Amino acid sequence: MRWETVIGLEIHAQLATASKIFSGAPTRYGAESNTQACPVDLGLPGVLPVLNQRVVEMAITLGLALGATIAPCSIFARKNYFYPDLPKGYQISQYEDPIVVNGTLDIRLPDGNTKTIRVTRAHLEEDAGKSVHGLFPGYSGIDLNRAGTPLLEIVSEPDLRSPAEAVAYMRSMHALVRYLGICDGNMQEGSFRCDANVSIRRMGSEQLGTRAEIKNINSFRFVEKAITFEVERQIEILEGGGQVVQETRLYDADKDETRSMRSKEDAHDYRYFPDPDLLPILITAGQIEAVRKTLPELPALRAARYAADYGVAPQDAETLAADQQLAAYFEALAGACGEGRLAANWINGELAASLNRANLEIANSPVDAAALAGLLVRVRDGTVSGTMAKQVFDAMWQGEGSADAIIDARGLRQVNDNGALIALIDEVMAESPAQVEQYRAGKDKVFGFFVGQVMKRSQGKANPQALNTLLKEKLGGS
Amino acid sequence: MSGAGSFPETLTEQAKALAAGQFSSVELTQHYLDRIKRLDPQVNSFINVCPELAMAQALVADTARARGEAGPLSGLPYANKDIFCTAGIKTTCASRMLANWRAPYDATVVRNLAQAGMVMLGKTNMDEFAMGSSNENSWFGPVRNPWDLERVPGGSSGGSAAAVAARLAPVATGTDTGGSIRQPAALCGITGLKPTYGRVSRWGMIAFASSLDQGGPMGLSAEDLAMLMNVMAGSDPRDSTSVERPPEDFTSQLALPLSGLRIGLPREFNDGNLSAPIAASVAEAAATLEQLGAKLVDVSLPHAGMAIPAYYVVASAEASSNLSRYDGVRFGHRCEAPKDLADLYSRSRAEGFGAEVQRRILVGTYVLSAGYYEAWYRKAQQVRRLIQTDYVRAFENVDVMLGPTTPSTAFRLGENADDPLTMYLSDIYTTGVNLAGLPGLSMPGRAVGNLPVGLQLIGNYFGEQRLLQIAHQYQKQTGWHLARPAFAEL
Amino acid sequence: MSLSTAELLRVARLARLRIDEEDAGAHAAQLTGILEHFAAMAAVDTTGVAPLAHALEVTAVTRPDAVSEEIDRSQLQADAPLVEDGYYLVPRVIE
Repeated sequence: MRWETVIGLEIHAQLATASKIFSGAPTRYGAESNTQACPVDLGLPGVLPVLNQRVVEMAITLGLALGATIAPCSIFARKNYFYPDLPKGYQISQYEDPIVVNGTLDIRLPDGNTKTIRVTRAHLEEDAGKSVHGLFPGYSGIDLNRAGTPLLEIVSEPDLRSPAEAVAYMRSMHALVRYLGICDGNMQEGSFRCDANVSIRRMGSEQLGTRAEIKNINSFRFVEKAITFEVERQIEILEGGGQVVQETRLYDADKDETRSMRSKEDAHDYRYFPDPDLLPILITAGQIEAVRKTLPELPALRAARYAADYGVAPQDAETLAADQQLAAYFEALAGACGEGRLAANWINGELAASLNRANLEIANSPVDAAALAGLLVRVRDGTVSGTMAKQVFDAMWQGEGSADAIIDARGLRQVNDNGALIALIDEVMAESPAQVEQYRAGKDKVFGFFVGQVMKRSQGKANPQALNTLLKEKLGGS
Repeated sequence: MSGAGSFPETLTEQAKALAAGQFSSVELTQHYLDRIKRLDPQVNSFINVCPELAMAQALVADTARARGEAGPLSGLPYANKDIFCTAGIKTTCASRMLANWRAPYDATVVRNLAQAGMVMLGKTNMDEFAMGSSNENSWFGPVRNPWDLERVPGGSSGGSAAAVAARLAPVATGTDTGGSIRQPAALCGITGLKPTYGRVSRWGMIAFASSLDQGGPMGLSAEDLAMLMNVMAGSDPRDSTSVERPPEDFTSQLALPLSGLRIGLPREFNDGNLSAPIAASVAEAAATLEQLGAKLVDVSLPHAGMAIPAYYVVASAEASSNLSRYDGVRFGHRCEAPKDLADLYSRSRAEGFGAEVQRRILVGTYVLSAGYYEAWYRKAQQVRRLIQTDYVRAFENVDVMLGPTTPSTAFRLGENADDPLTMYLSDIYTTGVNLAGLPGLSMPGRAVGNLPVGLQLIGNYFGEQRLLQIAHQYQKQTGWHLARPAFAEL
Repeated sequence: MSLSTAELLRVARLARLRIDEEDAGAHAAQLTGILEHFAAMAAVDTTGVAPLAHALEVTAVTRPDAVSEEIDRSQLQADAPLVEDGYYLVPRVIE
């Protein structure tokens, strides 16, 4: 039985504002209990919420970065339930009409490919306070400092297919919100929290299985471990003939397991209805444009990623990131050949030169990323030398076939065989005793003579690095 | 003149007298405090009287006046419905839940009145959390109607209405969600105004039904109400639903004649519920207005009969959510020795809330719950739009509407105690106005025997000045508003 | 559309209002009566009618992102039922 893992992530990002979403209380982390909870945050009789303008701007910012639709009219709704850290007995959130819908986020998979993950929606809501258990025997202590902190809840479609993909998505979203300056991403402080909806189904099935929700995971590592555990747990259940229960679970990092949080009450009935104390958020095209102008350069983010993840030199990364086509080519090439710097060098070097000469856009390159990867792989594994590879590339450009085909047809395989090289070196040394004496007497420049001679005798196919090493050894007198 | 004293009764007259130096604010305030002490035990219109604070405020006002710094409302006393937060002073909403709660801040309305130099005599009794039409739902006991102490004053602003009627305060603040200013004004023979929704800030006005609640003035005359509106009205950055309006002086149109005004008479208000004597008072008032130059027009509000169901579903739903914060955790009543969290919640709330409040919370929870939201809450909001559309359409042909405020005069205490539905029907003519967000005013018309009758004027959006103008001209013409219960002579 | 006792108790539980089982029947009956009266709305044709949430069409009110509250914890906790070290205490919650 082959099982497919299906994961959707709900990320709660605390927005980095100075004051709360509906009150003028401060949002700094770590203050003494209840010193940052004003009457509005405490839900005292008679108080009313007033929306913080900055959170709207931040939501628009994320929406634009995800290529999403910004709703021209979105509504705050009350989510009603009782819990001591929820002072009003309801959370002000958004339900049927969220501020951002239908975005996407690209992630890089472990195999180097990219995958586009759909982001269903992002909505604004207020955070609840915190309960501490264990400080007061027999009691729980409620601290409402965090109550009213603005949150952006970002919900993905269940497009993720493995714990690794989930981590990649979480990392990408984490980098994005930090990059955009809307969230500090500090997971220890709870600024960036993740709930994972996990289910499994038979490979090939279109139907979703029953999902369990793992709540409040605060690190990339734990996300991976929690989902891994949960998938195995569910597989075990289903293979044993049982049924997965739809429930909320917590991840226990010490025991590396998920545990049911389900209490004996019925499922929550949140009785959502539009909050009568708040008016609809109306957003004009003009407002969106104003935010768009303040958006940081998204290519810069991409370039940073190339530098960080692929080890590409910053200037090269920027060149690549600046253009969508170039960037796409680069990512395909780097993924397929396995080495970012090499890919970057070839794109910005040989490929760029050839495109320029032929006055072509990269989209019309006669050598596509897959084909070029075929060549770079041979460079990496030493089949051809770098110099030879340029010949091969030109031939590919002329349409002579794949890298392998050209290498074979023209007999361009590099001589890597040390034995063969040593034989050639011995030949040259035997024929040029004077130069050997000169080198050993200290005339370093003569080294080049030997390199040239061996290269000639090998029709240019000697592996330069190996040749270098062996020559040094032999000339050094061994 | 007030009984047993030489003080004028209306705010307008008192303001003139203070300005003329006929007496001081301290003397005026003491006059009311004395009356309250002597007479209120029989009426129970105050939950909390504040003699020290009042005298201190009066003194400040007199001092300001001596320096030539008095404003139009300086040193004038008022009674404050115990739903408005008053910093450092108990604000109870007539509930056991908040029986000992001191608000840490002032409502915007309270702050505005204080800044205008007014003197707060105390906090008036009301139906618990503003839910009721008789002021029998109070943890602090029922309020009695000064016109007949065996009858109800109406609710929920029953204490404010009774206090003004009994001449224990010249004016009072009230709140109106489904009729809670207008209906007690009608039953107590005084004048009350529910402003357009958004006119008066709700910051610090403890919420019952957020999309319907509005604070407003109650007093003996339209003139007095206009003075108060100048201070009570105004947009507030702390209330997202308050509306920014150009500044206006609510007294500026009072004296304008009524010639040419079109007054609509909704035919649905003359239904089988309306008692014949009240219908006669309304008809007489219509004739008087016609004599004053207005034109009478027949109008129809086809969905008027749906106002009660739509109102109660919406109001209960919002209330059930607004009252969830009363959980015994951070403030308010907490039950003894809760054994766990569930017990803390359910017992604190069961003990803290009276029967009517619990009833409405249950209804509200039900109509919002899964499976019922569409059929109940959403349906009610759709009907609400139809009701609003009816009014908007009617206002294309008229400037204001005239009708009865209530279907009958004040009923006996306990008469409807076991029958919530009958109680709800007291509001049949008033609730539609809240649903549409329009301004509404009640003023006394010809009484039925000893019992007052209220005439309701309904205005278009932000048309308070027109209502006050019509009421003022009517009052100058008829004088019904100056009738005084025997109790007030004491 | 009569409300059963079980239904009533479910609603009471949602609302965190303790109602004793022996009273539940009476409450259910009373609520049924009230709701039956309101059910008259079902007969009104509301096809295509948008629900009315706010009586007046107004633009959203917002405030700038700035700290504007001075918080005096002791004043705000002066009437709290049970406070220790600045925390509001409730019977221990097990998660």
